[in-house]
Amino acid sequence: MHRKAHRGLAIASTLALLIAVAGCGGDDGPGSGGAPVPGVTDTEITVGTHMPLTGPASAGYSKIAPATKAYFDYVNANGGVHGRKITYKIMDDGYNPANTQQVVRQLVLQDKVFAVLNGLGTPTHTGVLDFLKSNRVPDLFVASGSRSWDQPDKYPGTFGFNPDYTVEGKILATYAKTNLAGQKVCFLGQDDDFGRDSLVGVEKVLGASAVAVKQTYVTSNTNVAPQIGAFKAAGCQVVVLATVPGFTALSIGTAARLGFKPQWLVSNVGADHPTLAKQLGAAAPLLEGMVGTNYLPMQNDTANPWIQLFTKINKEHNGDAPFDGNTVYGMSVGYLFVQVLLAAGKDLTREKVLDAVQKGGFQGPGLVPLRFSEKDHSGYGGQRLSRVSGGVQTYFGPAYETDEADGAVNEYTAPAAVPPANGVPTGS
Amino acid sequence: MDRFVFLTVDGLSRGAVYAAFALALVLIWRAARVVNFAQGAMAVAAAYVAYSVSTATGSYWLGFVVAIVAGLLLGALVDRVVMRHVDHASPLNPVIVALGLVLLIQAVLGMVYGSEFRPAQAPFSRSALTVGGVAVLSPYDLFVFATIGVVVSGLAWLFARTPVGLRMRAAAFAPEVSRLLGVNVGGMLTLGWALASGVGALAAMLVLPTELGLHPHAMDLGFVSAFTAAVVGGLDSPPGAVVGGLVVGLLLSYVSGYAGSDLTPLAVLVLLLAVLLVRPGGLFAPVAARRV
Amino acid sequence: MSATRAAVPPKQQLVGAGRPADRRRGSTLLRHLAVVLAAGLLLVAVSYSVEPFRNFQLATVAAYFCATAGLTVLTGLNGQLSLGHGALMATGAYTVALCQTAFADRGMTGGWLLPLSLAAAVVSTVAVGAVVGVAAARLRGPYLAGVTLAVAVVVPALAVTFDGVFNGEQGLSVPVEPPPLSLGAYFPYERWQLWVTGAATLLALLLLANLIRSRYGRTFRAVRDDEVAARLAGIHVARTQVLAFVVSAATAGLGGALLAVLAQSVSPGAFSLTLSLFLLMAVVIGGLGRLSGALWGAVLLVALPDLTHSLTELLTLSPAVAQRLEGNLPLAIFGLTLIVVMIAAPGGVQGLLSRLGRALLARRPTRHS
Repeated sequence: MHRKAHRGLAIASTLALLIAVAGCGGDDGPGSGGAPVPGVTDTEITVGTHMPLTGPASAGYSKIAPATKAYFDYVNANGGVHGRKITYKIMDDGYNPANTQQVVRQLVLQDKVFAVLNGLGTPTHTGVLDFLKSNRVPDLFVASGSRSWDQPDKYPGTFGFNPDYTVEGKILATYAKTNLAGQKVCFLGQDDDFGRDSLVGVEKVLGASAVAVKQTYVTSNTNVAPQIGAFKAAGCQVVVLATVPGFTALSIGTAARLGFKPQWLVSNVGADHPTLAKQLGAAAPLLEGMVGTNYLPMQNDTANPWIQLFTKINKEHNGDAPFDGNTVYGMSVGYLFVQVLLAAGKDLTREKVLDAVQKGGFQGPGLVPLRFSEKDHSGYGGQRLSRVSGGVQTYFGPAYETDEADGAVNEYTAPAAVPPANGVPTGS
Repeated sequence: MDRFVFLTVDGLSRGAVYAAFALALVLIWRAARVVNFAQGAMAVAAAYVAYSVSTATGSYWLGFVVAIVAGLLLGALVDRVVMRHVDHASPLNPVIVALGLVLLIQAVLGMVYGSEFRPAQAPFSRSALTVGGVAVLSPYDLFVFATIGVVVSGLAWLFARTPVGLRMRAAAFAPEVSRLLGVNVGGMLTLGWALASGVGALAAMLVLPTELGLHPHAMDLGFVSAFTAAVVGGLDSPPGAVVGGLVVGLLLSYVSGYAGSDLTPLAVLVLLLAVLLVRPGGLFAPVAARRV
Repeated sequence: MSATRAAVPPKQQLVGAGRPADRRRGSTLLRHLAVVLAAGLLLVAVSYSVEPFRNFQLATVAAYFCATAGLTVLTGLNGQLSLGHGALMATGAYTVALCQTAFADRGMTGGWLLPLSLAAAVVSTVAVGAVVGVAAARLRGPYLAGVTLAVAVVVPALAVTFDGVFNGEQGLSVPVEPPPLSLGAYFPYERWQLWVTGAATLLALLLLANLIRSRYGRTFRAVRDDEVAARLAGIHVARTQVLAFVVSAATAGLGGALLAVLAQSVSPGAFSLTLSLFLLMAVVIGGLGRLSGALWGAVLLVALPDLTHSLTELLTLSPAVAQRLEGNLPLAIFGLTLIVVMIAAPGGVQGLLSRLGRALLARRPTRHS
């Protein structure tokens, strides 16, 4: 057994290595030639993303990347961008940072993608920032509101998409300050950057002492009764939620059974009405009056030309999957990326794409402007408030624009952009 | 004081469900010497069946009954098709097979139902009734307590008073002798799996309305709590499972209420160590010389 | 210690009696050294012949191999079940992150810093492993499983509770210096990663293999096979179990530390309960109790997500169906394989290979004669 085990070990290791060697033929890829741009040929552009498609965190999020892909398929069916078709490689990381490491390396080193687009999640994406930087891979439109993506000096190739959580906190707090003056405001946030940054925003507007009770939750504990109980005991009248959809529903449901009915002000992360209503089932009427935020067209607004366009694409290229905020989000990301490719010109390189994003000026489905510039790599710079009324979530009031620092919260009044007739952005 | 009462009731109501779930683990452990890591996934599968039935017929109670039946059948199926053929020489083998089942069941549920949360309905109001200005129990809590009470006493009666229960106990503790005496040991084992899985399905039906909703992974965390409860109580002791469940439920509630919800896993570890270092076989382990 | 030493003669009869290995004991270390050197040379050769992504994958295999090797010693050779090895890996990973950050903050540079951090990771994991091991030595079977499960779940909680140090769910980054300039300015980073992890893993394996072959290895097995007999033979059972746990923790800590160095970041999500369970599944499928089995397990851990993806890419499906199958179908297949393997071939991959090899060897002489 003794010697056999050793021989076995030696044989096994040799075999494993040989298999690995046999599995690939190429030589050191990046940097060897110089002339060809990774992931770009005359007929194709390959980009990739990492998303949770399985596991507990996949609810909702698993629909984003397929929606983006559907938009690319639509563009491809209409002739592509500068004659190139977009191939979108979607990698499942199960929201596990260790898997993200693997799949992003696979995308970059093996599949040789041109860029990583809309990688999802703060803990997952944080781990690959350095890798993407050292391989000079454009890291566009990260799907998270963390402020980590806005570090142009440290990570020149990384750009955000979502408004950051502080911006959102400031806008929600402004609503509380102007419309619910004098009421007792409390806060429930996820115990990470999301909750913390959001609370910072709320306190910037209301003042640090104005938030009466601050509670946190962790996703691994689905009992929020103690937190909600504390709000009730303190007599909170307004509760700001920096929660993911599951915990928004859970908090509102728990409050109802404790006989506690405050005004809910909910982060856009956890304010998508169809998602919440589906989860609450028969208890969906509890969502009545909930104030949320968003920065993309409302998925139920059938009069909106963007929604009409996206619904059509969803039917034709996404198997008519249930249409919700995640679908709108995914397609908006796709639209923005096509705009960027067009702006980068026919002679596509990674540098040109980054220059194009920094130049900014993209008009798309968003209700507020994208902030991209040389000094600013964060995404949307504001949000608009929505309210659930009669089981329908609709926008009200103006859109707001602000920064993550001490800047004022201003109304944004520019008229909304209209999609081009064929739904594919034009070169200008 | 209000808060204490509130946290206590909340903890007991959750603890009752953990108790039922722990009981299911104890049943299989006693019958087959297997810790069924697939218990949570199997229970969720049964709950999904109930969801389909309830949505199709509009009747919660029909779904409720179907869930328990589906749980019973699934348990029997798992025993007959899978566990029966596993080499039990190493106690690890059934554990690994159970983990394989977890992957399989969760993946199939993901394929069939998708990874969205589905609403888990509660048959009674979950709004608490107030007694003297203090919110105490909701009708749903009462329903949970009553159901668990019925299940626990039903099982106690089954094992203590009926011939089937006697045969099941005999088959578990002395399979060879039982076989000689004409007991269908294999059949008793399958019955044990079915019963355990049925109780597990019931527990899932009771706990899901208080959580995020129906999802292939919905019972992952519940399983950890229930396993803790079973271990704290002693895996050979049904009363231990019940006590363990209530203790764990209360502990989780107090810790998240008074100290912060992020500390609950730490509290669970401390509880386990405190109990097991004093009594390595759980609270209700028979006080006998340790078999080595 | 003296008790263990006194026990040598009877124990040899108990476990390893009559093995030719006992007569050739003096050469064990040399033989292991030769195997390790050969493996190291092979690794260097391979690192030049494959592309960077494969280098990274092999480096990840090496890091996981550290952890699975330790787990297979604990569970396979000593009979203690651990569902919490992911937490031990996290201990090593966080230690490396804190050390490397501290060095970088003080502006310290040099090739000796990383080995120092790795050593610190091993030491801190040994400390944690000793604490858990002392508790574990009192417990058996599912009770041990329960405690180690709770240990696995505690990691994210600690990271969130002490987020001043561990930065919550977002985790820490691990500053790692680029390859030394003496290797050339354009030396591929992934190749360097493979060298670092490969060297550390081979060193750990060398020590582990010698331990298994030593007196201690035999006491591990004696305790697993029959505690009463082991005790009668004068083996201190509890001490042996703690020792096994500590050894296993040390390699798990090193594995986690290497993983952190590879990823250049640490976060609790990477060391979840799922990882602990997957480690266990990996060593069992690979072949419990054998280092070669642990290697197969490590290969499996790395190859699985890759297979997951390739499998779904092979199928062309309508978007609606594809969305449901993506990710889920491979997991279902993996689960099913796991069950079938356990029922049909409980010895795992290595057991299967050994049987195959034996069958081939057995057939050859008959043909010749």
